[in-house]
Amino acid sequence: MLGISSQQLFQQLLVGLINGSFYALLSLGLAVIFGMLNIVNFAHGALYMVGAFCAYFLLNELGLNYWFALILSPLIVGAFGALLEQLLLKRLAGLDPLYSLLLTFGLALVIEGLFQNFFGSSGLPYAIPKELGGGRNLGFMFLPNYRAWVIVFSAVICFSTWFLIEKTRLGAYLRAATENPTLVRAFGVNVPRMITLTYAFGIGLAALAGVLAAPIYQVRPGMGADIISVVFAVVVIGGMGSILGSIVTGFALGVIEGLTKVFYPEASNTVVFVIMAIVLLIRPAGLFGRTA
Amino acid sequence: MSDQPQTTRISAQAHSGRDERIVFLVMAALLVAAPLAVYPFFLMQGLCIALFACAFNLLIGYVGLLSFGHAMFLGSAAYVGAHAAKVWGLDPGLAILAGAGSSTLLGVVTGALAIRRQGIYFAMITLALAQMIYFFSLEAPFTHGEDGIQSVPQGMFLHLLDLSNQTVLYYFVLAVFLFGFLVIYRTINSPFGDILKAIRENEPRAISLGYRVDQYKLAAFVLSAALAGLAGATKAIFAQNASLSDVHFSTSGEVVLMTLLGGMGTIYGPVLGAFIIVAMQQYLGQYLGQWVTVIQGAIFIAVVLLFRRGIVGEIAHYFKRSL
Repeated sequence: MLGISSQQLFQQLLVGLINGSFYALLSLGLAVIFGMLNIVNFAHGALYMVGAFCAYFLLNELGLNYWFALILSPLIVGAFGALLEQLLLKRLAGLDPLYSLLLTFGLALVIEGLFQNFFGSSGLPYAIPKELGGGRNLGFMFLPNYRAWVIVFSAVICFSTWFLIEKTRLGAYLRAATENPTLVRAFGVNVPRMITLTYAFGIGLAALAGVLAAPIYQVRPGMGADIISVVFAVVVIGGMGSILGSIVTGFALGVIEGLTKVFYPEASNTVVFVIMAIVLLIRPAGLFGRTA
Repeated sequence: MSDQPQTTRISAQAHSGRDERIVFLVMAALLVAAPLAVYPFFLMQGLCIALFACAFNLLIGYVGLLSFGHAMFLGSAAYVGAHAAKVWGLDPGLAILAGAGSSTLLGVVTGALAIRRQGIYFAMITLALAQMIYFFSLEAPFTHGEDGIQSVPQGMFLHLLDLSNQTVLYYFVLAVFLFGFLVIYRTINSPFGDILKAIRENEPRAISLGYRVDQYKLAAFVLSAALAGLAGATKAIFAQNASLSDVHFSTSGEVVLMTLLGGMGTIYGPVLGAFIIVAMQQYLGQYLGQWVTVIQGAIFIAVVLLFRRGIVGEIAHYFKRSL
């Protein structure tokens, strides 16, 4: 088929799904935060990187393996997120949302600059957990176990989040508070705490993506800055109004990027941005967006 | 306007022409005399980046549009200007025009896309489009990838002015800066500028008054792109190079920082902010290394939390003047 081996096609498809998992987790976190706080969290990429470093420290300083990191890193980085919200973002409530965008951009610079200072720009290796080493031959391709795990686990986390927000009582409170915080407060719900926890949750998702990414890519201070612009494009394409939309768009664009690497490698870095431009022309509100 | 308690929007001070004109004369006089005291290369760097920041400020300060991708205009114009001067052997003036022309075209295309969304989406779209231009610059053959375009000839402007002479070059760059600055000043203080401010303050009302706000936004965007390109192409001629750092995302972030620090929606704020940040990079960069990024981030946080009007904005507010 066009001189491309099916082996290569499936390999890139797999890489695409892996990247798509990270896009989905990150854009989901951005969408959750945006829904509740009405801000774009520019520090999302930086905190994804911190999540990966957190896993690295847990392993090398405390001897806690991957499985502990998978739980602890999102909790630690999420708690840090709650602190940021309490100390900084809270003060910007009621101002033009552009100010919180600028503040979180400043945060990203500080965090990334600090890590760059202490760890340089080269990557630190993080081994694949031994339970997930090796792989299996599917006949048409070789599937490393760890990669299969990342895709399945990300999908489970994404759809659990969707279920939590769209189908449970807690999610109903959350959505109600998004629509009308004053009224929900009048019903006795602690909305400020809900805002803090939502931000922490979104950050936790970013940190989780960082832990998942650590064994695949190396742990690098620049890893967040590399991915964040693509994630923003994903968010523009999907529209931040919809949880399910951001999940589907994330995975789909990862796959499209992977396929582009096979058929037209020169455009693989830019294909997501081109799709964003096309979507803006046809459906300015985004594929799943409710209003412009 | 400045006395109103409402500070939730990024807004400019009211205009009274006299103070602004006095400050302009002081600034022009200082810049004319500056090479006597300060290293000209630093001044030229500061002037080009200051023009870049003023062009950026035209959007954020007067239309309320935050572009997070303005490096694409600076960088693409620098590449085209450098290529025109070096490979085509054009007159430096024509090379700069070619650079500014290319960024104007880029502004038409990207602007038409970006103004389809507002607020934070606008910021994300401009960032993504700029990233696309970055990857294009990385791979297109004429930009020479990681090497960039080096040793661009400064040449003879109109066969009269020898720009390889440092003094002539400085006054040439100063003239370009003052030209760009006055274009922006004139735009802001025109009926067109008033409509831009109306859009910033209340877009639905501007629409209901019958203005086609999208056309005004696009016009402002294209003008901003053109002037950012003028700065970029001039930079390519005086610094004799165009490189990936000109189109890099960090340059887009820095211009936001300069404008925020100096004062968004003030006329002189971006100039001051640009000189402060360029001085920090030039004189402290060698001691601070990567700490420059941390300090820049800390400045962002400090300005947003403590003095949102920026340095010039706070001064103007204190004296109840517009600057």
